Amino acid sequence: MRYLPLTEDDRRQMLAAIGVDSIDALFRDVPPDALLSRPVDLPCHADEITVERAFRDYAAENVSPASVPSFLGAGAYRHHVPAAVDHLIQRGEFLTAYTPYQPEIAQGTLQYLYEFQTQVALITGMEVANASLYDGATACAEAMAMACRLTKRKRVLLSGGLHPHWRATAETYARFLAIDAVAQPPSWAGDERPEDRLDTDTACVIVQNPDVFGRVHNYRGLAEACRAKGALLVIAVAEVVSLGALTSPGDMGADIVAAEGQSIGNAPSFGGPTVGLLAARERFLRQMPGRLVGETVDQDGRRGFVLTLSTREQHIRREKATSNICTNSGLCALAFTIHLTMLGETGFTRLAAVNHARACALADRLASVSGAELLNETFFNEFTVRLSRPADEVVEHLAKRGVLGGVPLTRLLPAWREASPLLILAATELTTDAEINALATALTEVLR
Amino acid sequence: MTGQVKTISGHRGLQLEEPLIFEQGAPEKSAVDLPAPAQPVGGDRLGAARRGRIGLPGLSEPEVVRHYLRLSQKNYSIDSGLFPLGSCTMKHNPRLNEKLARLPGLGDLHPLQPVSTVQGALRLMHTLTRWLTTLSGLPAVALSPAAGAHGELVGLMTIRAALEDRGDPRRRVLVPESAHGTNPATAAACGYAVEAIPADDRGRVDVARLRAALAPDVAAIMVTNPNTCGLFETDVREIAEAAHAVGAFFYCDGANFNAIVGRVRPGDLGIDCMHINLHKTFSTPHGGGGPGSGPVVLSAALAPYAPVAYVIEEEGSFRLIEHAMHAAGKPCGRVKGFHGQFGMFVRALAYMMSMGADGLRQASADAVLNANYILAQLADVLSAPFPGPCMHEALFDDRFLKDNGVSTLDFAKAMIDEGFHPMTVYFPLVVHGAMLVEPTETESKETLDSFVGALKGLAERARAGDAAFFHAAPRLAPRRRLDETLAARRPVLRWRPQAPEASEGDAVGRAAE
Repeated sequence: MRYLPLTEDDRRQMLAAIGVDSIDALFRDVPPDALLSRPVDLPCHADEITVERAFRDYAAENVSPASVPSFLGAGAYRHHVPAAVDHLIQRGEFLTAYTPYQPEIAQGTLQYLYEFQTQVALITGMEVANASLYDGATACAEAMAMACRLTKRKRVLLSGGLHPHWRATAETYARFLAIDAVAQPPSWAGDERPEDRLDTDTACVIVQNPDVFGRVHNYRGLAEACRAKGALLVIAVAEVVSLGALTSPGDMGADIVAAEGQSIGNAPSFGGPTVGLLAARERFLRQMPGRLVGETVDQDGRRGFVLTLSTREQHIRREKATSNICTNSGLCALAFTIHLTMLGETGFTRLAAVNHARACALADRLASVSGAELLNETFFNEFTVRLSRPADEVVEHLAKRGVLGGVPLTRLLPAWREASPLLILAATELTTDAEINALATALTEVLR
Repeated sequence: MTGQVKTISGHRGLQLEEPLIFEQGAPEKSAVDLPAPAQPVGGDRLGAARRGRIGLPGLSEPEVVRHYLRLSQKNYSIDSGLFPLGSCTMKHNPRLNEKLARLPGLGDLHPLQPVSTVQGALRLMHTLTRWLTTLSGLPAVALSPAAGAHGELVGLMTIRAALEDRGDPRRRVLVPESAHGTNPATAAACGYAVEAIPADDRGRVDVARLRAALAPDVAAIMVTNPNTCGLFETDVREIAEAAHAVGAFFYCDGANFNAIVGRVRPGDLGIDCMHINLHKTFSTPHGGGGPGSGPVVLSAALAPYAPVAYVIEEEGSFRLIEHAMHAAGKPCGRVKGFHGQFGMFVRALAYMMSMGADGLRQASADAVLNANYILAQLADVLSAPFPGPCMHEALFDDRFLKDNGVSTLDFAKAMIDEGFHPMTVYFPLVVHGAMLVEPTETESKETLDSFVGALKGLAERARAGDAAFFHAAPRLAPRRRLDETLAARRPVLRWRPQAPEASEGDAVGRAAE
């Protein structure tokens, strides 16, 4: 067995050194009838060729979005990741390290997390950021809990424009934390006015930009209304590339930002693992969940980095911790920070500009498809169209024609009566004119 | 510099100093060539265009590659050497797993593709379910939790949902003092009061105290087995029966499943619910602290309350249940975006298929053998609070350092100079100055012997009273001891430009004020 270095001779010598005659003797504390005497009913070990073949079979039963025109978005996005990113994150010193508990021999991890925290703070327009959380949805739920701790209030307003998975995750966390989460229904009319529902019991309002329909908002007015009531404004960002083109949440007056970082550096990977971003005002630092890396000096006065403010965390504070979170999303955060470093200021803003331009090209081309009506007045790289047929059927027909034609809203909001004809379409820097034409042609046929 | 050679550049041979990205490059540089956008941007359709600079640095590709390569060289990793961090199961991460997770048709799948276009991915998840339920002896599994602590949370949510459904939510969760900090934090995050149960003098749960604390308001007990002292809970069945007798559930923290996988099924011990860290037992990489993956195996009584999303098989094809309204049971909710850490499912299943039922059984045997070998070799040199046999990790305390002026931390730092990652220190809390050594099954006897030799030498040096040697350690690492008090007292959590540039580059930060 290729992953096990001990030989039979090693095992004999080691058992002798321990002073027992068999492996079973080491398991003597297990109730005898619970100790299995033979392998469980699963296949025996397999060589690399066999295992690889099995996984190629799994892969062959799927349609790779890279192999067909693909317009999928709604919280996960296909972007170009430069080759250097994946090469660097697979260095064993990054891949096979752990949480940097011994900072003297973990400066690599600590420094990239410090740089990551700075990058996240810069692009969100906030003062501080943590070293990442599981994903955008859980970061959003943690932001909600954080706002409740900060305000000592228990009521939160969830916008109808929040990604339904994020909303559902926040609702689940709220249920068990005895937080009163009031979810506004999804709305197309733009008549959602959380300002009017704020009161002095409201801990926070959680809105998304661009929202799940792709619409861009300016939340400055809402931020002021929140401040007037002592509530916090949480802005969620599902497509982090948008921050290269849009007014930052910090500039809009957000108190906490929860974002999904997958688009930078990370493949969609069927939805996970990805990387949750959490940024906030500096004065909220001590109520932040998750790992934080801080700058310090070593015994010789040289700059170095350590995990810090761990008195917030579960391994010190146990049941009084700010969160039960232990790990972050280290390797995905590394991919994020390498990709963003590669982009730099000019690359990041240009990437965002190209994304918007591709979405504009898609919208313009679809204008000539009868039966598909663009609903957005504003968008970044995705938008919603109303079709003349139920969108889930259309998407199935498109798939049969070899086009992954977006996300039908019923997939996310099955109970919403207006969802049926609505389709969310995304374009990125990878979307070509030929793919846009292929979609338009297929859509025209399907809607005919 | 404690006698080290001083250089002009600050570099020392292969130990290369590396500034922050923010201290390098120029704003106009980029390592990514992108086409100019086809049409003007920032017009009416964008809505709220960004104004002003973000403040990101610009570097070319060679500069970026060098930066991260140099940073990587400042890390210790499993690939570098023994990483015996107790309770963390730092085993070898097979590279086949990495290759397979990146295959076109797996790594690039979008989570919201039509289900008809991802049947292979769903079949893979279904197969993983079969492996996890078979190995655990429990009938169901929730795959979606993103990490071990997230799995704990989902497990307790499932328990609470089941109890609420009976009209009896209950109030308390019992957690042994030896538990991981995540256990009490999780119980609190699930709305429960936490009560600590002490350990007995054998390092196990004090069953008499547990019984005394059990009452009809107890929702669950959270017990780690094998426990954090590296010992199997000999009274595990009695504990399960006592909990069940008052209507409480038995949650098992499965962090230490690697010790028993393929040999003992938690379901046979009376456990109702357990998370499994795929990044421990099933070899997915720890990645500098995540991403993890923490599926939760569930008893038949808890299965209906499992969170969405999950996979079901229907007439030969697979479906995803993504919404509570489509579920046959009463899901406790949704706990993350999409369907779980699929990339980790690929890696874990590749490992399981590589090892097979026979190999997993050999792995747990070797993990336990390696730990007992270390315990036997070091029992007279260090001090072991509990007699063996241990399971997959060997626990020592600091009695052997008594009156030497050397602490557990000092001893750990001296190990760094010897080329080993220190063991887990000061955990579990039930012994003084704990040192928890988990070698895992992927270490050779030669490595263990060299580790034992180094620790023997260090222990002798401590006994000889050379405290100053330990206080000055590490000397040979990229950094010497770091001032953690300063870091916490005056938190600097991000780079900021020097004062003269602050008006421009940091405009965004100030705007947030």
